[in-house]
Amino acid sequence: MSSLSVAKIQEDFPILKREVNGKRLVYLDSASSSQTPTSVLDAMNNCYQNTYANVHRGVYTIAEETTSAFEGARLAISRFIGASSPSEVVFTRNATEAVNLVAQTWGRTNLKPGDAIVLTQMEHHANIVPWQMLAAELDLELRWIPITPDYQLDLTNLESLLSGAKLLAFSSMSNVLGTINDVPALVAAAHNAGALALVDACQSVPNLPTNVVTDNSDFMVFSAHKMLGPSGVGALWARAELLEAMPPFLGGGEMIRDVTLEGFTTNEIPWKFEAGTPAIVEVIGWGAAVDYLEKIGLAAVREHEAELTAYALDALADRFGKKLTIYGPLDIAHRGSAISFLFEDIHAHDISQVVDEEAVCVRAGHHCAKPLMRVLGVPATTRASFYIYNDTRDIDILVDALVRAEKFFGV
Amino acid sequence: MSGLEDLYREIILDHYRAPRNRGTLSVPPAHQVEGFNPLCGDEVVLYLDISDGAITDITTAGQGCSISQASTSMMSNAVKGKSVEESRKIIRAFKALMSVHESHLQGAENGPTEGPVPDDVRLGDLEALQGVVKFPVRIKCATLAWNTLIQGLDETSGGS
Repeated sequence: MSSLSVAKIQEDFPILKREVNGKRLVYLDSASSSQTPTSVLDAMNNCYQNTYANVHRGVYTIAEETTSAFEGARLAISRFIGASSPSEVVFTRNATEAVNLVAQTWGRTNLKPGDAIVLTQMEHHANIVPWQMLAAELDLELRWIPITPDYQLDLTNLESLLSGAKLLAFSSMSNVLGTINDVPALVAAAHNAGALALVDACQSVPNLPTNVVTDNSDFMVFSAHKMLGPSGVGALWARAELLEAMPPFLGGGEMIRDVTLEGFTTNEIPWKFEAGTPAIVEVIGWGAAVDYLEKIGLAAVREHEAELTAYALDALADRFGKKLTIYGPLDIAHRGSAISFLFEDIHAHDISQVVDEEAVCVRAGHHCAKPLMRVLGVPATTRASFYIYNDTRDIDILVDALVRAEKFFGV
Repeated sequence: MSGLEDLYREIILDHYRAPRNRGTLSVPPAHQVEGFNPLCGDEVVLYLDISDGAITDITTAGQGCSISQASTSMMSNAVKGKSVEESRKIIRAFKALMSVHESHLQGAENGPTEGPVPDDVRLGDLEALQGVVKFPVRIKCATLAWNTLIQGLDETSGGS
């Protein structure tokens, strides 16, 4: 049924050959972190085995080779998101650090007491806490876009929420609900109100075609480890003129143009924000991940996930009916693959434990979105999410494993 | 399913499905104490009626996974009506049952309950929770109620 040849893709992921409890690993937690294909591992290994040296420092051959691979990866990643220049892509430790970078540099220089930042109730802690920290420091007002009963943003009062606000920071795809938010429309609303827009695109960049120019946003954060790349590196994309005007974030090597005993001047963007030796090999691995995804094509990735998600929603509803409550839109056009659910009164951790016996990996808990869990009125959910290496067989195994959980806890 | 059946013993599932001593007590005179497991959202609320150096009544509230809720229920049965001193011995014995694996999991350790593991405490049904040690991430679920009880006893008895 799928537009992807999943069996062939699975061959590219060594971990999928692993067994847990004597059973084939069924990995349904890619919304948390994705698995890594051989081409990414090879790119990283190749760097360590053949070219490794620090970047932007040596003039010797291997230093130039590594620098070229590192900046080549930046170029590939910038093209992947439709950026007009690689200088607009700043490498960070992860997307969380990228949000903190914006809060601590753009935020501190552009916000003053009484200013408002608008967030949504479906944000990850990474797009809440940095703003709460800044709000406490600068005496800012935080406003929240609520969610509707069908798990969409409730835009009824958007205009008044944005009135006088300086920033709208929102997720393009909820990591709990799967909800896809309309990025260009929200950005336009922010701009109409005179606010800038920051997009937390961690969930959407791996799964949907992304173009920061047509989105017209001001800042976008995303990370490698959710899109087949390694952990330890993420990025901030921002319009060049914003990056130029922002003060540096961390101080140290690489981010300087000159240092004297009296002070320093900053390097050009993006290096101005990249103090210290970066995650060199991880960035190179990220570049290989982008190459891998581009060969498949993001339109095909999206189509495959939509098919799998529809199959899973149907399978869960058919088998469990009203015993299983899904927290998220049921319309495939408005959601990604993350399916959060409550199964009668069996706690998410117990479900996760029982399905682990069948080698099924699902996430259990609050998914780093406790404010959203409070709005939903649930302490924890179980979440399954799918990526290019999953197929309908995986979903059948999940459903069978849930049947075992149901029997075990005697629902 | 042998591993799972070690974890989810029938007696544990029984306490989970039908928790004992559920409810609240009027505060005051009862003392209320809450414990949270921030990792998974487990929540335990204990109401302790302590007089003449004994836990004359204990009720529990909160929500969480089967292990945390069963452990709370079994703990309440184990200490209800016991002297504070005896309760602390039971806590020490229970934590010893878990402690091999808890030492690196930031257990909330409180002074007065530390000490030699008593060898004269019979844990009885509580030993069913020993299967949890094979699942290190769940040990925090099993010990939550006990750490919360320690906190409650310390708050009411001034650590004596």
